[in-house]
Amino acid sequence: MVLFLFYAFAALTLASALVILFTRNLLYAAFSLIFCFLGVAAIYVLSGADFIGVTQIVVYVGGVLILLIFGVMLTNRISTSPVITDLHNQFWGYLLPAGLLVLLIGTLGQLALPDWAMRAQENATLVQASTVEPLGVHLMTQYVLAFELAGILLLLALVGAATLAKPAAPESIAVTSTGINTQNPAQP
Amino acid sequence: MIPLSHYLILATLLFCIGLAVTITRKNAIAVLIGLELMLNAANINLVAFSRYDGVQLQGQMFALFVIVVAAAEAAVALALVVRVYGYYKIADLDKLNRLKG
Repeated sequence: MVLFLFYAFAALTLASALVILFTRNLLYAAFSLIFCFLGVAAIYVLSGADFIGVTQIVVYVGGVLILLIFGVMLTNRISTSPVITDLHNQFWGYLLPAGLLVLLIGTLGQLALPDWAMRAQENATLVQASTVEPLGVHLMTQYVLAFELAGILLLLALVGAATLAKPAAPESIAVTSTGINTQNPAQP
Repeated sequence: MIPLSHYLILATLLFCIGLAVTITRKNAIAVLIGLELMLNAANINLVAFSRYDGVQLQGQMFALFVIVVAAAEAAVALALVVRVYGYYKIADLDKLNRLKG
């Protein structure tokens, strides 16, 4: 049953990824990415990573994807024609991933699991309980430095993105620094 | 019980599709979509190996930080794309070949 669900969600993920690969319409690609992310979240849940699955839905589907769709709408004239992206590097762009695919799938047969994974597979001591509590405990003890650094990174990204996206002309900086006419900085 | 090789095959396929999207598309947003696909493929591998590590959960912890960094990357990259579009009125990466504004 679990295996069947895994195949179903893997098929959903791969089908929507293939739609992204073969469509040239950016909005179709963005909406197809929603199904791809949801399928990946379901696969996380099936492999015992419930918190990662919820995080995937909240951060990717709720955050990154909305940002991407905003980006599509802000950087194209969508009112007149569909948003079509052009292609380039077609020969190498398909040959290189295909070669990588053959290489990686080919080496899969000689995959040697490490000892602890072999033992875990034999004893079937897989993750069974909820992972929220151990993740929280580890985040506050063993990984507290990385946690704080991730917080600083997010703060920097927030400030940087807000600063970058602000439409600032060179005149407006001079005007606002003197404190005059901040309402309409384009006209000094 | 899902075999580990199934996860690895799925992640490999997803990574290769993401790589193809990243290389072949001209539009900057489409390139970002391919990048997100590749990051998700890497996360699937991390979570799959983390199943065998029920106490430490190092793979899931790493996947969590990958998601955080991916969110920050997407926000900054989209701000850059919007800014560049506001200046040049194009979002095609191969036409943006000048460093001087």
